[in-house]
Amino acid sequence: MAAITIENLGKTYTGGVSAVRGIDIDIRDGEFVVLVGPSGCGKSTLLRMIAGLEEITEGEVRIGERVVNRLEPAERDIAMVFQNYALYPHMSVRQNLSYGLKNRGTPKAEIARRVDEAARILEIGAYLDRKPRALSGGQRQRVAMGRAIVREPAAFLFDEPLSNLDAKLRVSMRGEIRALQKRLGTTSVYVTHDQLEAMTLADRLVVLRDGEVEQIGAPLEVYRRPVSTFVAEFIGSPAMNMLDGEVAGGTLRVGGASLPVGVAPGKVKVGMRAEDMRLAGLGETAIPARLAYVEELGAQRLGHFEVEGQRLIAAFPAEQALSDEIALTVDPSALHVFGADGRRID
Amino acid sequence: MQTKRTIFRSRGLPYLLLAPQLAITIIFFLWPAGQAVWQSFLREDAFGLKTSFVGLANYTRLFHSPDYLNAMQVTLVFAVSTAALAMILSLLLAVAVDRLIRASRWYTTLLVWPYAVAPAVAGILWWFIFNPTIGIMPYVLASVGISWNHLLDKGDAMLLVIVAAAWKQVSYNFLFFVAGLQSIPASLREAAAIDGAGPVKRFFTITLPLLSPTTFFLLVVNVVYTLFDTFPVIDATTEGGPAQATNTLVYKVYMDGFVGLDLGSSAAQSVVLMAIVISLTVVQFRFVERRVTY
Ligand SMILES: Nc1ncnc2c1ncn2[C@@H]1O[C@H](COP(=O)(O)OP(=O)(O)O)[C@@H](O)[C@H]1O
Ligand SMILES: [Mg+2]
Repeated sequence: MAAITIENLGKTYTGGVSAVRGIDIDIRDGEFVVLVGPSGCGKSTLLRMIAGLEEITEGEVRIGERVVNRLEPAERDIAMVFQNYALYPHMSVRQNLSYGLKNRGTPKAEIARRVDEAARILEIGAYLDRKPRALSGGQRQRVAMGRAIVREPAAFLFDEPLSNLDAKLRVSMRGEIRALQKRLGTTSVYVTHDQLEAMTLADRLVVLRDGEVEQIGAPLEVYRRPVSTFVAEFIGSPAMNMLDGEVAGGTLRVGGASLPVGVAPGKVKVGMRAEDMRLAGLGETAIPARLAYVEELGAQRLGHFEVEGQRLIAAFPAEQALSDEIALTVDPSALHVFGADGRRID
Repeated sequence: MQTKRTIFRSRGLPYLLLAPQLAITIIFFLWPAGQAVWQSFLREDAFGLKTSFVGLANYTRLFHSPDYLNAMQVTLVFAVSTAALAMILSLLLAVAVDRLIRASRWYTTLLVWPYAVAPAVAGILWWFIFNPTIGIMPYVLASVGISWNHLLDKGDAMLLVIVAAAWKQVSYNFLFFVAGLQSIPASLREAAAIDGAGPVKRFFTITLPLLSPTTFFLLVVNVVYTLFDTFPVIDATTEGGPAQATNTLVYKVYMDGFVGLDLGSSAAQSVVLMAIVISLTVVQFRFVERRVTY
């Protein structure tokens, strides 16, 4: 187990594509860090540089006390779970689990002990003599996890390990990964493009955008105080409403309403989470909205509205009746105000 | 898997469409094959005036002939060595290319060239290169103290035909090996690297086992190639000599039949060759049906 320190890390692929640059992350010992961002933002590149599968072109990675830039993947004391599981198809499950230990000259008895232990934890004992092709997707996923844990490495690296599973299995495996990591206390770096997966798994989130870190923080911290419109719209479902507004003399005019704010005058973007929206009471500042359609989620219903030609989503209790013309409001404390450059200014 | 079915309205059309291929198969394969089988039970005198039915006599004579047994041994050495050389060489090249596959477009093209050269031309090329009096190789070899004369030395002659035959097969094998290597997901080798296997260990424990279907297919193809398609190579380089050292089964069929005019024995030899190929093909199909070794 070890901390992972990433300093000013950059990668330029041969051919000149700059995939990531200027990355600084301090991952604490035992922490579960999730790298999240849209496809192509450089998550895999970053993870693969930590693993040693991709050459580092700038900066430094330290695992524990060692700078690992020049070390082979095998020497970094990490284990990785791949999106396609990367199980060795010609080996039985037991051989798959033993392979890494055998290569390191672990005594036979110790290998057997660790494999049996992993099989017990992951409940794959019944398939130890099967080949991977005779397993279901979920079982393969477990074997891939098993291959990582038998090694007892300093860190686990995950590259979208759940994206090949169906939705239901994904949710249950997510829980298992989290429980397993808590129990083993192994430092973990997990890559996903799924913000919900990121929110539910992470001790800390690292939101990446176009190869740079946009925000680092605990999931709720990022959710409650996104530093930019990019993070605000990426984290949370449904995505945060983003309306054009203007500040003059301490008053924000947005969607036909006036609200008091303490930011400098000028054009702004105003973010409002769907769950912070509610029907305006009598005498409250109101945003007049026209209902386009309603999405029923069971516990909630999502009203999709049009406000001054812009789209806005508000969440209501399931029994809430909605008329076509409606007055919405939001507490000033729940507003997220961003400058013209998309940075948070409130 | 769903198979596509085309419905023909007229029953005759499908047969009509198949007819050219069937005709070619019958005229150029089945008919001569049948003739060979029939011929192998006959004996003709040297002037072709009298033909008599002799039953299995041609075969018994064949398997008691030291020349034929020698040809079998020569063929075995030749086939195994050629297949091994061609496959190992092409696998090495394929692995090299697989590592820098981006550069492979021109590289691959280059390596396919030998396959486009007619076997006889290739044979003559090698004959020139290794010609004891005018060739460049004996000269080069002599300068490092190796004397080369495949016209006199049996070992040299065998080496020459093996190299000449393998050279041509390398490009074919190479293409299959490259395709086979490309179909192994990179993440498997990466997982193995993380699992502490060095490049050599990765090759022998991951790559090679996953390549085994390709390897087996190529083994059969290469052996069949050395059994039959190498006639022009041998004819252009050593003509079976010296002292029958490179007289393979297929070359002997030609020598005994068309030069020696012993048609009965030649036909019997063809039938033996046919039996070998048929059994190889059966093995191949059996294997392909099961397909997977992993
Ligand atoms: N081997 C490579 N060669 C060149 N460019 C690459 C390579 N791998 C990834 N890239 C580029 O680097 C960027 C980041 O890719 P990646 O790290 O795979 O993103 P993500 O995992 O977030 O989807 C993309 O623009 C991608 O096209
Ligand atoms: Mg990726």
